[in-house]
Amino acid sequence: MSDITVNTPAIPAQSARSAPLTAVGPIAWMRANLFSGWLSTAVTLVCGYLIIRAVMGFVDWAFINAIWSVPVDGRGIAQTQACRDLHGTGACWAVVTEKHRFMLFGTYPYEQHWRPALVCILFVALYIVSAMRRFWNWTLVPIWIGTLTAIGILMWGGVFGLPYVPQERWGGLPITLILATFGLAFAFPLSILVALGRRSNLPAIKVLCVVYVELIRGVPLISLLFMASVMFPLFLPEGMNIDKLLRAQIAIILFAGAYLAEVVRAGLQSLPKGQYEAADAMGLSYWQKTGFIILPQALRTVIPPLVNTFIGFFKDTSLVLIIGIFDLLTAGKTAIVEPAWQGFGIEVYVFVGLIYLVFCFAMSKYSAGLEADLNKHRRR
Amino acid sequence: MTSTSRFNFLRLAGAAAVTALLSGPAIAQQAAAPSGSTLDAIRARGTLICGVNTGLAGFAQPDSQGVWRGFDTDYCRAIAIALFNDASKVRFVPTTAQNRFTALQSGEVDVLSRNTTWTLSRDTSLGFDFPAINFYDGQGFMVKRSLGVNAARDLNGATICVQPGTTTEQNLTDWARANRVQFQPVVIERLEEVVSAYVAGRCDAYTTDVSGLAATRSAQPRPADHVILPDVISKEPLGPLVRHGDQRFADLVRWVHFGLIAAEEFGITAANVEEAARSDARPEVQRMLGRNGDLGQMLGVDPAWMARIIRSLGNYGEIYARNLEPIGIPRGRNALWTTAGGLQYAPPFR
Amino acid sequence: MSDATVDPRFRRKPPRRPLRLSWSDERVRGIVWQVLVVALIGSVIWWLWSNTVHNLEVRRIATGFGFLQREAGLPIAESLIPYDPTDTYLRALAVGVLNTLKVAVVGIVLATILGTIIGVARLSKNFLVSRIAAFYVEVIRDLPLLLQLLFWYTIMQGLPGPRQALNPVEGVFLSNRGLKLPWIIWESAHTAALLAFVAGIVLTWLYARAARAKQYADGQPRRVWPAAIALIIGLPILTWQVMGAPWEVDWPALRGFNFRGGTNMSPEFAALLIGLVTYTAGFIAEVVRAGILSVSHGQWEAAQALGLRHGSVLRLIVMPQALRVIIPPMTSNYLNLTKNSSLAVAIGYQDIVSIANTTLNQTGQAIEGIAIIMLVYLTISLSISLFMNWYNARIALVER
Repeated sequence: MSDITVNTPAIPAQSARSAPLTAVGPIAWMRANLFSGWLSTAVTLVCGYLIIRAVMGFVDWAFINAIWSVPVDGRGIAQTQACRDLHGTGACWAVVTEKHRFMLFGTYPYEQHWRPALVCILFVALYIVSAMRRFWNWTLVPIWIGTLTAIGILMWGGVFGLPYVPQERWGGLPITLILATFGLAFAFPLSILVALGRRSNLPAIKVLCVVYVELIRGVPLISLLFMASVMFPLFLPEGMNIDKLLRAQIAIILFAGAYLAEVVRAGLQSLPKGQYEAADAMGLSYWQKTGFIILPQALRTVIPPLVNTFIGFFKDTSLVLIIGIFDLLTAGKTAIVEPAWQGFGIEVYVFVGLIYLVFCFAMSKYSAGLEADLNKHRRR
Repeated sequence: MTSTSRFNFLRLAGAAAVTALLSGPAIAQQAAAPSGSTLDAIRARGTLICGVNTGLAGFAQPDSQGVWRGFDTDYCRAIAIALFNDASKVRFVPTTAQNRFTALQSGEVDVLSRNTTWTLSRDTSLGFDFPAINFYDGQGFMVKRSLGVNAARDLNGATICVQPGTTTEQNLTDWARANRVQFQPVVIERLEEVVSAYVAGRCDAYTTDVSGLAATRSAQPRPADHVILPDVISKEPLGPLVRHGDQRFADLVRWVHFGLIAAEEFGITAANVEEAARSDARPEVQRMLGRNGDLGQMLGVDPAWMARIIRSLGNYGEIYARNLEPIGIPRGRNALWTTAGGLQYAPPFR
Repeated sequence: MSDATVDPRFRRKPPRRPLRLSWSDERVRGIVWQVLVVALIGSVIWWLWSNTVHNLEVRRIATGFGFLQREAGLPIAESLIPYDPTDTYLRALAVGVLNTLKVAVVGIVLATILGTIIGVARLSKNFLVSRIAAFYVEVIRDLPLLLQLLFWYTIMQGLPGPRQALNPVEGVFLSNRGLKLPWIIWESAHTAALLAFVAGIVLTWLYARAARAKQYADGQPRRVWPAAIALIIGLPILTWQVMGAPWEVDWPALRGFNFRGGTNMSPEFAALLIGLVTYTAGFIAEVVRAGILSVSHGQWEAAQALGLRHGSVLRLIVMPQALRVIIPPMTSNYLNLTKNSSLAVAIGYQDIVSIANTTLNQTGQAIEGIAIIMLVYLTISLSISLFMNWYNARIALVER
């Protein structure tokens, strides 16, 4: 479920050497990188041909033969015959034109769509602020609490003149962002405690943490989601209920906590022993030592793998499809349930995939850049 | 592991012993938790929570404004009107075939109105009660017309799409065994998914309740391309269900259903219910509409409960005509016993 | 944490102080903390457990695993062992476990091959090749696997129906009912040949070990491959010949609705396999790349200076070092692939999750159903971890 590889060794970056003057210029470059031998030339030609064919095929399908909109009859049913007549030679983007608001915001009241839209913007802003190094200190905590509160107010409403929207009607991209972000916000403190517990000298605490981490990492996320869906209700006293989305959120937090704990533990282990010993020598208590000396250093080194882990969760939230929660992917699938639009799955998946791609690509580029940056001092 | 952090089992054992001491009171507290009746809980909450299908045309489907429409959802509204005199005092919780029973068992929903078949094991070992049968259904098959199949027996060797976790797939295997029909199953969890597999031609036939087949068929761009085979291989009495042991609430659900049937028997409709409440001289009608007697009080609701339900939703026939006839499900055996020899029949309002 | 680098003189336990009952004593604090935490977690678990027991009782939900012996009545599309809907739930679940293992094993093998190819391609000197590989890795890793699986399943469903099946080679049919291939009619001779094949591999391994021991003793290198070919290929063929060389092919043919005969790869299995392999390969490629980059160029040069040939350098010098870096993250990728195979439930491949899910649905026994799913995955995860840890320990740097 998760694609987190803990402790992936850093790839040593190749140091740039300036080329001799005789080897500069496009022709020399091509000779060196594309046509360095007969085998290389053959491979280049074959690959080049395939790329051109694929790109042209895609352009034909996605742009030249594509249909961007279709008429809608008096009963509100779209006339998709023109799309069906393409027989797959062109994309029917009309499904996206027609359904994009449903895919993005689900069954949220139509005239209130500006609220989830604003929520998405707030989330993006929150990510950007968190990515800026000047905020890497305690100010992030109030920023997160403030933004998440604002998001809650916007989604639910009921105050400041906003009409109340029950949680059953939320859907689409905000659900994906909520599950991933709230998951991280709660799983992160949990994971720090578990990681510290796993390295603790106290056997009972250590055993608890090891059992928790290994148990969660040994089973697929989907089994936890099933548990949230059908078993949680049995765990609670009679008459007490937690809503379906919250149950899924709890499952994701427990899941994320175990994986993040391993990331944080790797950070704790990467600190030289001298740091611990120096803190002990100064007579700091365990919590002083951890809070002032160890965590600030350890967390800084694990930010890149932390972002990678977050990318994993961001994608994994799509699994709530299986227990019937209305996230981005579910909304996309539901959009093509309507018979007029059945059979245009590829277009919808491309659209939904692009949204995921934009988020994940930005985050992975950021994490790669950060990793290179943080490793600067190690390079000589 | 360094020597200082080596396990000390003595310490561990001590910790466990203290834990046991500390957690004792927590459990004692739990055992004393009271359990109230569903009816009281609903009244205290002010809304009815109704488990419905995630989207099945004619039974429960959100329209383009996100309002739930359908036969099953109208039953939820009817119960809400009986309790609160307000059709909007109901929350619909979409449930999948998988989590519907847990949702009801756990109290996440008060009543499940989700075309669910009444079976012995659901009535007993799952701990439910089925107050009424509001729709008599049966399992059938749908095939593409181009396949040229006229009877279910011709399906020998076919690939059949079926949704798991329902009575449907067990009926299918029973039927196949009894008729010596070999088939290749394609078992897909989600309704949309299984329908799209059938439409895409992954399967030769799709099997589910005939009402579901009709709903799916009518939703296709060209319904005439699909044929529902005449064979019906099972009995599927569908109806709302509640938790076992909740007799007062079960009574209410049951009599809401009978009220809707009786209203049709008496010819009382949304249009004429006001008139009937004032001037209809038949004693049973007067009792049912709350002009006479205290039937409402016996159920624990307002005397005019039935009149209000009919005023806003109509009688059984009207609900049926509004939701199910447009998608091509004729009344069939769900017609009234008294007038058309069907199976729907209400005990006396007395 | 390893003791290997600690001087044994310092490993003696410090003399034990008597325990003072005071908050300033670290050990007392430790015990109090542990008691508190264990008590807290224990009571939460106890609370949840007692709620569950109470709820099960009040709702009259049956418990226990007695249902496993009841007739399942659920149809299963593909199975490695004979199965009929009249069989028990236990057998249905066994079919599910085998289906999970089937896709996991095939997936791990294929993903390793594809991932290695892409990882090497990313390091290619050819600009186009390395860019294509980099693009592949980036895109595949940034899309949710579930989305990719649904995408592949949609593609599979878009194939023509059985009557218009694509027929690229005699006897091979590709349609939306799956890929039909001719298959030999299985007889005992084939089973024997298969066993002979396994025996051949074991014997070859023993022979190679003996040869190496002799080489260490007298310094003479011995050729292993002629014996290896004879044992691995010759022995099974000989066995098959001796047992009468049965060779009857079952050709698939369109009869009625479907193809009969031959062997079939269902669209569900194909979509799941393609999705898992292409997705995991994207991650494996990065692992392989990091592994190869971790071996410094000096190692190549030093080995060549010793007069080793190219193949020997790769086999004896580079690979053992790269593998040390590759194995641990590879393990977690194999585990991920296995756990990800649980997404089969979304596209109708009947793995353990799908069948346990249906079972808990029909019997209403949610706790038992989910416990079975978790137990199966924990067992598989632990087995893979143990095997890979054993393998890792074997190839790990032996420090002296």
